[in-house]
Amino acid sequence: MADRTFPTPKTGPALTRKDFVSDQMVRWCPGCGDFAILAQVQKTLPKLGIPKEKIVFISGIGCSSRFPYYVDTYGFHSIHGRAPAIATGLKCARPDLQVWVVTGDGDGLSIGGNHLIHAIRRNIDINILLFNNRIYGLTKGQYSPTSERGKVTKSSPVGSLDRPIYPLRTALASEATFVARSVDADVQHLAETLERAATHKGTSFVEIYQNCIVFNNGAFEDIENRATRDDFVVKLEHGKPLIFGKDRDHGIRMKGGLTPEVVTFKPEEPPKDLLVHNEKAGAEFAYMLTQLEPPEFPTPVGVFRSVEEATYNDLLDAQIESAKKPGADDLSKLLAGPETWEVAA
Amino acid sequence: MPAKTKAERDPHLAISPKNRKPDASEVEAVTIRFAGDSGDGVQLTGGQFTTATALSGNDLSTLPDYPAEIRAPVGTLPGVSGFQIQFSSRDVLTPGDRPDVLVAFNPAALKANLKDLAKGGTIILNTDAFTLQNFKKASIETNPLEDESLAAYKVVEVPMTTLTGNALEGLGLSPTQVSRCKNFFALGIMYWVYGRSLEATIAWIKKKFNKVPTMVEANTRALHAGHAFAETTEIFQNSYRVKKAPIAPGKYRNITGNEAAALGLVAAQQLSSHQLFYSTYPITPASDILHNLARLKAFGVKTFQAEDEIAAVGAAIGASFGGLLAVTGTSGPGLALKSEAIGLAVMTELPLLVINVQRGGPSTGLPTKTEQSDLLQALYGRNGESPVAIVAPATPGECFLAVIQACRLAMKYRHPVLFLSDGYLGNGSEPWKVPGIETLPKFEISHEPGVPPEDFQPYARDPKTLARPWVLPGTAGYEHRIGGLEKQDITGNVSYDPDNHEHMVHLRAEKIERMKADIPEITVLGEPKGKVLVAGWGSTYGAITTAVKQLQSEGKSVSAIHLRYLNPFPSNLEAILKNFDKVLVPEMNLGQLQMILRGRFLVDAIGLHKVKGQPFKITEIKEKIESLLENKES
Repeated sequence: MADRTFPTPKTGPALTRKDFVSDQMVRWCPGCGDFAILAQVQKTLPKLGIPKEKIVFISGIGCSSRFPYYVDTYGFHSIHGRAPAIATGLKCARPDLQVWVVTGDGDGLSIGGNHLIHAIRRNIDINILLFNNRIYGLTKGQYSPTSERGKVTKSSPVGSLDRPIYPLRTALASEATFVARSVDADVQHLAETLERAATHKGTSFVEIYQNCIVFNNGAFEDIENRATRDDFVVKLEHGKPLIFGKDRDHGIRMKGGLTPEVVTFKPEEPPKDLLVHNEKAGAEFAYMLTQLEPPEFPTPVGVFRSVEEATYNDLLDAQIESAKKPGADDLSKLLAGPETWEVAA
Repeated sequence: MPAKTKAERDPHLAISPKNRKPDASEVEAVTIRFAGDSGDGVQLTGGQFTTATALSGNDLSTLPDYPAEIRAPVGTLPGVSGFQIQFSSRDVLTPGDRPDVLVAFNPAALKANLKDLAKGGTIILNTDAFTLQNFKKASIETNPLEDESLAAYKVVEVPMTTLTGNALEGLGLSPTQVSRCKNFFALGIMYWVYGRSLEATIAWIKKKFNKVPTMVEANTRALHAGHAFAETTEIFQNSYRVKKAPIAPGKYRNITGNEAAALGLVAAQQLSSHQLFYSTYPITPASDILHNLARLKAFGVKTFQAEDEIAAVGAAIGASFGGLLAVTGTSGPGLALKSEAIGLAVMTELPLLVINVQRGGPSTGLPTKTEQSDLLQALYGRNGESPVAIVAPATPGECFLAVIQACRLAMKYRHPVLFLSDGYLGNGSEPWKVPGIETLPKFEISHEPGVPPEDFQPYARDPKTLARPWVLPGTAGYEHRIGGLEKQDITGNVSYDPDNHEHMVHLRAEKIERMKADIPEITVLGEPKGKVLVAGWGSTYGAITTAVKQLQSEGKSVSAIHLRYLNPFPSNLEAILKNFDKVLVPEMNLGQLQMILRGRFLVDAIGLHKVKGQPFKITEIKEKIESLLENKES
């Protein structure tokens, strides 16, 4: 069996953001949060040192899923909810490629929920970006699986009844090895988070809060607004205490057991018992962090969890490699099977 | 029921001190059905008998018939599992209309199968299982051994469990373990009756139970004991010999359709130099293809058991985009789930093979029974004008070459191909002449863009096949995007242009038409003109061919064709159809091919429909042809 190989080309001039801009006109609504995410992805890709022909973006259906058309790499705009499945097949087939999935709250958590959790629990080495705007945009404004209960939309004129699903909790419940959250408007944080996700081996799951300017404008107002965000966001940094606030005078600590609380202090005298972030901790620690929510708590952003585990695609290749022994791939023998007989002429 | 001698009632009395010489009479063809609880090892017994029969040089055909429940309540009718084999000194194309011999391990198995048995046929019973309790479980009111219900048959009563227990004395086995060996006792009996060698089965037992020496001893003893029992008692007045069949010389093996399909995929991997990616979700009766391939890691085969049917086809599409030979396998309900994604492969013009081992439907239907009712689903079961090619093998062995051909069409034309097998082909078996690899057709599939990067167009066309370039991720300078939105021809850009859409709809249909260049013309069995033409497809081949040949030998004006390609049709089909007064289409559905032939060719095709989860009997087809010839109906 001749395996096709794709040698990495000789290093040429370093790639720049421009190399990742395709010739297609970007067709999102003016002011859409997707523009910022696209720009940060295009800025992050050149930093990875991966030739652009080795990068593939795969999406499903929805506003976010137009993404692959705008990045000048290989790309696949597939069908609703199925991008993680297609990406899984591609990565198993071609582990030499860096595979990204771009999805949204409806695509990834409603119609494609099953594929999302299974891609994550297999720890396939792909990067999943879930743009969460808590609304169906492309179908013009119905509530989504992440919409808050009571959401008034065209399809829920007196308020939605569904309890929302939480992307990060879903990922962690699927034993995700890399879980992060960032925000479209905080470009620097987004760029850092994307780079971390890209370099993680295994499934990287990033929820990106993204403002839908037409159907759900202001859903993340406090978090996105430069004037308020420091008071409403706590940035998770490995090994560092959870401190937030414009004046860095608030922190989070555990009130015995598993119950977090906000404490206020003088910035120069932070309490010793503040909660210290640990990306390498068990999934239950990260899960606790996902439960920090407004209005009681600031919204955590950053890397919730990042641990190393074997990837599905590596294990698959290892099984095949270890089965290869001289003569073990004799097709004639295989066709003959365990028992044959001769019919004489 | 004929009065039985004392010896017949109690076989122990019948054992004569000196061994009888086998007094063999010659017969041409025999059909045997083994039936019992699904826990009785019926399929295993049938499989061993098949191997021994094949080794003896007979032609044969088999049909397992097992319940959907893994272990239905013991002794009940839903728990009955069956295995039928026909073997002969002549060409055998079906597992036989009616068994001549029924081996029944319990009353339920007798009750469930008696109606199929040929009149005057032989029934070999395990009398130890004929207890009041088991009658109750099988809803039998009176003991069939004591009433007149078996009067029309030759009944051989054998206390198999007791005799097996006697043979295994001293091994320290529990009654359950002893009972598990009784199928080998029965097999021993059948081997004596039909003069089969025990060697292959003994070798198999040794291999199978190599870690449990007691079970090797127990099963081997049971086999020998059954054989000796048949030889020494006088209840088997005769043994039978079926002469070797005139089979083309060469090396043979027994093969099921699912095995042949799996081997075909591995061969296609080699022939196309494209690594195989088989992505699937477990479903009866297609799972055996996965089981066969999952073992073949040494061949570089990648198998993927997905979370659902949709993910399975999705992953295959991803692998195809990456340049592998991508295949997904399923059965009817799974095909329904895959339909949207198959449309994506049509739109993105990626090679994809979808195997559908059809079963009884609709919905969950009859998972373990056969039917041909997915033809219209395969052809039309997607949104939009979404054509796919359809390849349909006619026999278990044929699945091998048919799957290779399906892979070739998919890769050459960059288009999904559906492979329509069915439960009967997938699980049924026949002797198969092992092909030399050098005889198999290689196919060259290129991923070269053929133009410099600046001239590259992802939807450029090969003038002959209309295929677009299959340029893979990893190819520098040719980065491009594909997707499910309508594409502008040549550039591959998203396009909502009305004229372009109409052009593309026609173009995708035309790609299928172009495949005719790679599809052989059909040959007619019999005269090219005449009164009745029987047109079939898929697993009805054996019954149709046998029926037609029999009528032809009686001088009747009937011919047959069998379609291995249902989209596109072979180019000479229309001319052939129009050469006959009447066209009969036997199908295990309510007339799906019949409807297509009528619609496509304005031919007044007549249907013969059977949807019982069972293949056609030869006589059913014969009777219909005869009635058409006699003008009893039109």
